[in-house]
Amino acid sequence: MSALKIKKGATSHSAYNLRPNYSDTIEQHTLAVLVENEPGVLARVIGLFSGRGYNIDSLTVAEVDHLGHRSRITIVTRGTPQIIEQIKAQLGRIVDVHKVNDLTVEGASVERELALFKVVGKGDSRIEAIRLADIFRANVVDSTLESFVFEITGTSEKIDAFAELMQPLGLEEIARTGVAALARGST
Amino acid sequence: MTKAMTGAKMVVQALIDQGVEVVFGYPGGAVLPIYDEIFQQNSIKHVLVRHEQGAVHAAEGYARSTGKPGVALVTSGPGATNAVTGLTDALLDSIPLIVLTGQVPTFMIGSDAFQEADTVGITRPCTKHNWLVKETDKLAATLHEAFHVATSGRPGPVLIDIPKDVQFATGKYTQAQQVETHYNPQVKGDLDAITELAKAMETAKRPVFYTGGGVINSGPAASQLLRELVAATGFPITSTLMGLGAYPASGDSWIGMLGMHGLYEANMAMHDCDLMINIGARFDDRITGRLDAFSPNSTKAHIDIDASSINKVIHVDIPILGDVAHVLEDLLNVWKSRGRKTDKEGLSNWWDQINKWKAVGCLNYKQEGKIIKPQYALQRLEELTKKHDRYVTTEVGQHQMWAAQFLGFEDPNRWMTSGGLGTMGYGFPASIGVQMAHPDALVINVAGEASWLMNMQELGTAMQYNLPVKQFILNNERLGMVRQWQQLLHGERYSSSWSESLPDFVKLAEAFGAKGIQCHDPDALDDAIMEMITYDGPVLFDCLVEKHENCFPMIPSGKAHNEMLLGDDSTEGAIQGAGEALV
Repeated sequence: MSALKIKKGATSHSAYNLRPNYSDTIEQHTLAVLVENEPGVLARVIGLFSGRGYNIDSLTVAEVDHLGHRSRITIVTRGTPQIIEQIKAQLGRIVDVHKVNDLTVEGASVERELALFKVVGKGDSRIEAIRLADIFRANVVDSTLESFVFEITGTSEKIDAFAELMQPLGLEEIARTGVAALARGST
Repeated sequence: MTKAMTGAKMVVQALIDQGVEVVFGYPGGAVLPIYDEIFQQNSIKHVLVRHEQGAVHAAEGYARSTGKPGVALVTSGPGATNAVTGLTDALLDSIPLIVLTGQVPTFMIGSDAFQEADTVGITRPCTKHNWLVKETDKLAATLHEAFHVATSGRPGPVLIDIPKDVQFATGKYTQAQQVETHYNPQVKGDLDAITELAKAMETAKRPVFYTGGGVINSGPAASQLLRELVAATGFPITSTLMGLGAYPASGDSWIGMLGMHGLYEANMAMHDCDLMINIGARFDDRITGRLDAFSPNSTKAHIDIDASSINKVIHVDIPILGDVAHVLEDLLNVWKSRGRKTDKEGLSNWWDQINKWKAVGCLNYKQEGKIIKPQYALQRLEELTKKHDRYVTTEVGQHQMWAAQFLGFEDPNRWMTSGGLGTMGYGFPASIGVQMAHPDALVINVAGEASWLMNMQELGTAMQYNLPVKQFILNNERLGMVRQWQQLLHGERYSSSWSESLPDFVKLAEAFGAKGIQCHDPDALDDAIMEMITYDGPVLFDCLVEKHENCFPMIPSGKAHNEMLLGDDSTEGAIQGAGEALV
């Protein structure tokens, strides 16, 4: 049987599984879900994940089109290719969902996360903290004589790395936004 | 043109505009304004059920037997929570329903008010979509959209939660045609994929059509096209429980229902086929048995309107996303235009093989002595009712499987059963809904005594509306399917599967003013069934049957299609290992 000729990337709202489904490899995918900004729409999406036993590594949501009444939910999830396809199909059939894009397979994309770090310390550790913050291009957004709040933007990996370095230097608290992502290029 | 009216009036107006004839419901504080409007009109008939679960199942029966959406109306809090089972049932079987619930006034939401429940929260996972309407101006548009969502794409139940102050307030009524919706699922299938399937059909040596409830949901045209396709190709056809009637049971190519209690020939054909054409079915676990041994050597095509059904559990080679009727029309055209080819020799050998499997006689049983076998009861029921304008509902359990095996369905929308959720208590209220839609038809609910008791209160409804539904109860004084599993799986320890203290069903019928008939003698069965059919009114038929009969054939959990159990032989240790954990 010859393979079907289906456009690459046509996975959202589509039945066509473009990759072999027999792989047991767990993949991490970033999904951009454009939804009607209705009450309960986030609960529907989250309920789908909990009800069907899918994972959520990160989730961000905000209105992106006030006039069009649209919100964008960015979900980082993981599973076998078959589970990922199933997640996209399940998201696609939610009535309030307009579009599901899998940024991981539909070409290159940029991903960013913003985080705030509270680091408490004195003396050398305080100097080391601000030196590392400089290397990571983190900004100081609050300061006392014994503490800093750093603002850092980057990939989740970069923020993880910064957290590891801050740990011995008096890291008290972290607030992270979760991943926001967009496809690269003009479309 | 927009008219101003109260929210309660909008509800009734929208139902009229959508062509609704019957609403099944139960009043309560939070829906009183709507009931007040219902009282003041004659277009819509309201059927007062005796329990909200009954309202939803009745609406399901109405929907399944007409192809139109069913409507139920219940109050807030307990009214809504009682509707949850029916909603879930309709979701799993893709039945279009509009369920309207009352809610406490908007300014009291969140205050734990009397009869307040988070209805949209509770029903979010068991509806296709739901809405809490907080402004009267948006109510009419939401009602119209609800009908659109319930009936478009893969059908399903929707719920609209309407606070009482929204019902009282006045707002603008939006006409149905003014409502814009972004929900428009794809119905046409991809032509390349359809051509791929047509090519596979031309060369298949052992093809089989595996059809499901999607054919029936797609409408009468889908069944018609299916029949045409089967007749033109001569391929054998089997169906799931939900799809019975799409292809006639008397048809030449019919090889019976498949699945856990399906026919030997159907399951063997599924296992050994080289081309499986799934039309509107979903590879449910009752169908597939052990996944890694499911039809190991076949090319699989799957026509489904729901993308999430495709490649969910079984990898398919030719996926076709679209509505069954649309896809079958294209498929027929493509196949015909390519010269109507099939592998005649291969097919002939394939039918020889299928006929050998048929010769096994997997439904054989022995009716002997003075005790009625349940299979015999159904065979007689079939014989004596098949010429009638007949609709059949069932409860859930052994009787349901026997009914599917022994009753023949010639047309779609004639068979209403709880397939996905397996809801005991479904059949009786569903039969009420069917009879409301088809007042002159013979409506029979094939039941077990335990299932029937779960919604027996609806006998009051049947009496009040003079609905002559026939309740054909196969009474084995057991939870038969539970007992069967305990025998096969749990060392014959019959834990709580024995119905003690059963009522006298004849007296119970009489207490409601209905007719009761009891029969325990095989020789008296025909006369008793005839008495049931000819009686003008609801009948409770207490058919006392063999208490320990098991339902065969059976694919034990965790086994493959070709590992069916055929009869009482070899059932010892039939289910072992991982299969024990499955249901």
